[in-house]
This record gives sequence, structure tokens and C-alpha cells, in this order.
Amino acid sequence: MKRYSVLIALILFAFASYAQDKPAASQDPGKQEPRAEETRMKALEDQVRSLAEQVALLRGELSALRDAKSGEPRPADHLLLASSHLEPGTLPTATSAPALPATPEPALSPTPPQYAQTQTYGGATSNAKLLNPDISLIGDFIGTAGRNTVSPSRSLELHESEVGMQAIIDPYARADAFISFGETGVNVEEGYVTFTALPAGLLLKVGKMRAEFGKVNTIHNHALPFIDRPLATDNLVGGEDGIDDAGISLSRFLPAPKNWFVQGTAQVFRGDSSNVFTANRRQDASVVGHLRIYRDLGESTNIDLGASYSRGHNNAGIGTTFDPERFLTNLYAADATLRWKPLRRAIYHSFLFRNEFFWSARDQLSPANVFETQHAFGLYSDAEYRANRRWTIGGRFDRSGRATNASLTDTGFSGILTYWPSEFSQIRGQYRYGHLWDITNARFTNANEFLFQFLFVMGAHGAHPF
Amino acid sequence: MRNANLCSRFIALIAALTLLCATCPPPAHGENKLRIMTATTDLAALAQEIGGDKVEVESVARGYQDPHFVEAKPSFLLKLQHADLLIVVGLELEIGWLPPLITQSTNPKIQVGAPGYFDASRYARILEIPTGVVTRAEGDVHPLGNPHYWLDPENGLRIAKGIQNKISEMRPNDAAYFAQRYDNFEQRIKQADEKWLAEMKPYAGRKIVTYHRSWPNFAEHFHLDVVGYVEPRPGIPPSPQHTVELIGLMKRDGVKVIAVEPYFDLKTPNAVARDTGGKVVVLMPSVGGEKEITDYFKLFDYDIAKLKQAFDETK
Repeated sequence: MKRYSVLIALILFAFASYAQDKPAASQDPGKQEPRAEETRMKALEDQVRSLAEQVALLRGELSALRDAKSGEPRPADHLLLASSHLEPGTLPTATSAPALPATPEPALSPTPPQYAQTQTYGGATSNAKLLNPDISLIGDFIGTAGRNTVSPSRSLELHESEVGMQAIIDPYARADAFISFGETGVNVEEGYVTFTALPAGLLLKVGKMRAEFGKVNTIHNHALPFIDRPLATDNLVGGEDGIDDAGISLSRFLPAPKNWFVQGTAQVFRGDSSNVFTANRRQDASVVGHLRIYRDLGESTNIDLGASYSRGHNNAGIGTTFDPERFLTNLYAADATLRWKPLRRAIYHSFLFRNEFFWSARDQLSPANVFETQHAFGLYSDAEYRANRRWTIGGRFDRSGRATNASLTDTGFSGILTYWPSEFSQIRGQYRYGHLWDITNARFTNANEFLFQFLFVMGAHGAHPF
Repeated sequence: MRNANLCSRFIALIAALTLLCATCPPPAHGENKLRIMTATTDLAALAQEIGGDKVEVESVARGYQDPHFVEAKPSFLLKLQHADLLIVVGLELEIGWLPPLITQSTNPKIQVGAPGYFDASRYARILEIPTGVVTRAEGDVHPLGNPHYWLDPENGLRIAKGIQNKISEMRPNDAAYFAQRYDNFEQRIKQADEKWLAEMKPYAGRKIVTYHRSWPNFAEHFHLDVVGYVEPRPGIPPSPQHTVELIGLMKRDGVKVIAVEPYFDLKTPNAVARDTGGKVVVLMPSVGGEKEITDYFKLFDYDIAKLKQAFDETK
């Protein structure tokens, strides 16, 4: 609206200049008569008035057209003009304020897009971008110092640049894509469409996605409360990428006692996930089932429990005389999270305590070439406390057997300190100790490392599920 | 063979889940009331004013909670799942928590753009709409304008009108009832506004400092002049340098009142008040911020009383 006011002001200004210039141009000093000048002035005044009326009329027509176009009411008497502010005590009434809709929105039609507001700030270029998805980039820079002979990482690296694109597709679905650029390649971390308008309370996701297996497997790197992933994830559930595959996910809230939230999820994937699952044939799909139980213990405290199961083929039979179909991996997980966040001081203090347990049953060949199933167990326990608006302190304990040799158990713990300059950047330091099995030297070795991380967010990155 | 078993088991699981879905109807709600969920308590209060006993209204955020940072708890999903109408503040105030709740609610009625999704900002007069280039160097700016617009009774009335139209469209049989309640609300808010303006008249033009940019609509309506903020930029915690500058500004301009929202720490505001001989006043930006603020009228009653008291004490 401001633009129109400026436009009107410009027209009037131009007219005024014109009115001033014209007589000067046509002036003949020799034949100047006061009476003729008066008549001309009057004519000009009339012209100004008539033009002003026309501008007002056009302005009215324009807003009427815009209202009709948007199908939504617009507060016409207060359109972002400071001058239109009402005097104290004069609230607009239904009749005097055309702000109030004259015609109701058409029933059962989607709400029209917000023409009215977006026009007011960015101009044409902004409008051209209206239908673009929300685009974001999260840079994850990691540095490592210290000693680790078992799984050494680079001293400095831009570990990941995650580009997120998120948009509503149509009245029935939305889509989210997260493309991860590493230093050595590109990976579609997730790219799925979610159907939000299904009957019977069903939520369907189709595409490539992180499987609903436990908690840490669902969390993107930048949203983790630590720099690395727990040992149990590395040893049993596919490491950084985890169970992340192309497939279909169906979930629904299940009937539960009052104030309990129970959700069941069933997923079927192609069967290729890091080193956990390998699909040798089209039929070798992997499946994931997840049950989540949640309850508020008060307005500040809640408990979140989960049980997960996953099953798929592994790569142990490939290149052997055995039938690769026989080699399956069954994974089980249980998670429990306790959260505390006082509502009045939510941005200053919070506490989270999470435990996750994993069991892996992997079919493979023993060194003596005998078919066997390795049963390995892993867990991590993580606590984090937000001490104030900028600082979070945390710790994690890890213990995990190895999927291929359950008798080798790695242990570790970490201390983590995070600083938040703002919501859109984060600086984190982590001391990590590990008592790890060194395959090359066939002995346990100690790893002492210091990791540091800089995270930065560009653009609009949509919130992740709780 | 094992694969065949695996597939058939999975199909059985899906079938069982679908059957379970089909056989469990949503919990019954009494008297066929229109179920309204709102993002904040102020919108809930306005919806209740218009909907009366024909609606059931509940807010996701509490009145004493920072509406920028609400946790998207699954317990809200249960409420959103059965809502007929979702009223949001909009202008990206809830961008950090509401979108995943809406997506996961499995409720087609309240998805963005559906008839049960109502963005109240489209009915209100919005201030501080940035022009030109917008970057986060300015902090957590809202590119569509300041979302704290409900703190102006005129906007309250406009939103109420929007709600009236929306729920009348959803329940045409009750349209007359809603219209009558709106008329009543309009009359009462006009009277109350005259009273509030009269109460605030002696303080017209007074300069104040606020913690966050929550009060532009309030300040404009009641003719206050917000000259500074405790936050150096929206969403950025106070820094020592900015605090020193703020103290200098307050001393220079003779500003004595620092208004703070209930969800911000009082340490810095108190320190500033000590240095400037000013007073910190905790104003409630939302209904339910204190127990006695039970409706939209009491919100202004409370804030105006607190402000008057602070102005009088710092004369």
C-alpha cells in the first residue's frame, strides 16, 4: 500500500511540477494579463482536483480488484500507512471498516495464497520466488586432534554441507529433500513425499528416508547433541548414514489410555543400507517396525519410549558357496528419553537424558566357514543440560560389541560443550575417549581425541519432528 | 522361502494396522462442538469470545511461554488430530514448531491451505514489515512483519471478525449466534478500549525500553515510544557492549521503564534498571501469562495497570 501512496504522491508531485512548468513555457511576458492568469490558475486547480478524484477512484478499484483476486479480506483502513492510524477510541466498525470481509471464502477451497502481504515487501522479484521451496544449507565443519589408530578422521574437514529443500506439493502432500555434499561426493540423505490427507489417520511417506529405527538413526548430523555418532551406531546400525534407504513408510496413532501417545510405524525398504543390509535380489527388501510411547509427566517434563525392529539381508553370503539369501540381519532397539524444559525459561534451561539399546543378530560364516549367527549388544547413554541461553554441557557413555564379532566390545565416553552464538550457528567441542579393538594389531587400544565443530545455517531450514 | 515368509508377514502387519485404523473411531466429543486449536492463548481467547459454547478451544502454547520456542510434543498431535479448525498467528512466528505438528497430525482438515487452516495475521494490521534486503545480520527477523500484532485491541477486533466469518462458514446454522457474539464483543472491546486509552492518556509519548520487539502494536495504539531493546537484535541474547549502549541511551533520553516478557531472564534488565534508576516491569504478552489473565480484556487490564504503576513509580 505504501507503494501506491508513493505512486499517488509522485503523480501529484509530477502534476504540480507540470502545472508550474507549463505556464513558464507558454508565457509571453509581453502579453501577461492578471485576469487570464487567474482563470488559468482556476482551471489548473480544477484539473488537480479532478485528477485527485480519479486517482482516488483508481485506488479504490485497485483494492477492490485485489480483494477479489485474493478472495480474502484485507484491512483497507490500515494498510501499513502510519497516517491511517486511527485516532484513540475510534475502533473500526463492521460497516465503516472494509477490512472485514464482504464475502466469505468459498467453502471447501484451499485458502488462496497471501498476495496481499507478500506484495508489500520484496517487490516483483520476491513474488517470483513465491512457489519456490524453502531452501537451506547447513555447513558442518569438524576438526579432530589427538590419537586414534582404529578409526582416524581427518584433522580438518567440511564434513557435510546439507542442502534442504522443503515445500508443500499440493493440497494432499508435502515433500522434503536433504542432499548431503561431503568432501568426496554427494548423497541424497533423504528425499520423500509425505501424504498428509489420507483417511483413517494414516501418514504415508514415500522416498528415501532415515528409517524409524530407534532415535539416533532418525536424527540428521546437525541436529545431534554430539559431533560424532555413538559407537553402537557405528558397530551395529550402519554408522553415520545408518538405516537410510528408499522405501515406503506408513504410520498411525494407535488407541491408548488418556494422555498417552502411541504411534506405530511400518516401513519397507529396498534393502540397501550402509553395511547393515544388502539386497542381492529384488525380493530382498528390508522392513522396519517402530512403536513409540510418549507421555507428558507435567508441563515441563515428559517421557518418550520406543521399541524398534528391523530385518534385512546382509552381505555375508556374497562370494561364498552358501546361498546369499540365507544371510539375514535382525536388529532390535529400545530407547528411553526423559526431557525437562520449564516453559517460562525454555530458552535458558533444559535437560535431556537418553538411553538407547541395540541388539544385532547377524547371520554370517565363522572363520571355520560354518554358518552362524552373531549376537551383539550395544548401548549409549547421553545426558545434556542447557545451563543458559548460550551454553549446553553434555556427556555420553558408549559400549558396543561388533556386529561381526560380538566378543569384541568397544567402550567409550565423551564430554561435550556447546556454545550458541544464535539459533543459526553453533560451536561445539567434544573430548572423546575410546577403548577400541584394533583389528590390524589384534589388540585393544586407547583413543584420546578432541573434536570441534562449527555449524552454520543458511536460509529457512524447517523444524525437525520432536 | 524365508523371503516369502518375510513378505507375507509384512503384508499381514500392514493389513493388521489398516484394520486397526478402520476399527477405532476418533474419540467422541460432546454436543458436536466445533473443535478449534490455536497456536497461542490470545487467539484461543478471541475464538472463545466469538464461538461461545458452540466451540471447544485449546491453545498449543501457554501464555507464559515464548511463542517462538514451543516444543512440538507428540501430546499436541493428539489434540490437533481431531481439530476442525487451526488458528495460527502466522508471519513465521511458529515456524520452528508448528509445521511438523501440522504434517504429523494426520488431519487433512488443518493442513496449510485447507479450509480448517486459518492464518490470523491476514486480518490484522501488521507493523515492521522489512523493506529491501533482509538478512539474519539483523537477528531472527520476521520477513513478513512483526508477529506480535494481537497486542492491539483494534487488531483483536479484526481477528475476531475473521474468526466469526470462518466459523460461520463452517457452521452456517450457528452463524446468527456467532454474529450476535461478535457484535457483543465489538461493543465491549470498544468500551474497554476507550477506558484503556483514557487510562494511558497521561503517559502518551512516554519512552520505554523493551526486551524483545514484542510491543510495536501495543506501543503504537497506546502512544508509547519504544526507544531501545535489551536484546541487541531480535533473538540474540544481551551483550555487555549493547547493554552499556542501552544504559547510555536510557540516561540520555530519561527512559525509566523496561518492559520484559515473562519468559526472559531478568538479570540484564535488572542491572540496567539499577544503573539508570529505572524500573523493570514484567508485562504479559499473552492471555494466561498470569492466572488472573483469563481473557483478552484482562490481558490489557493487567498490562496497563502494570505500566501505569511503573510510570508512576519512576516519575
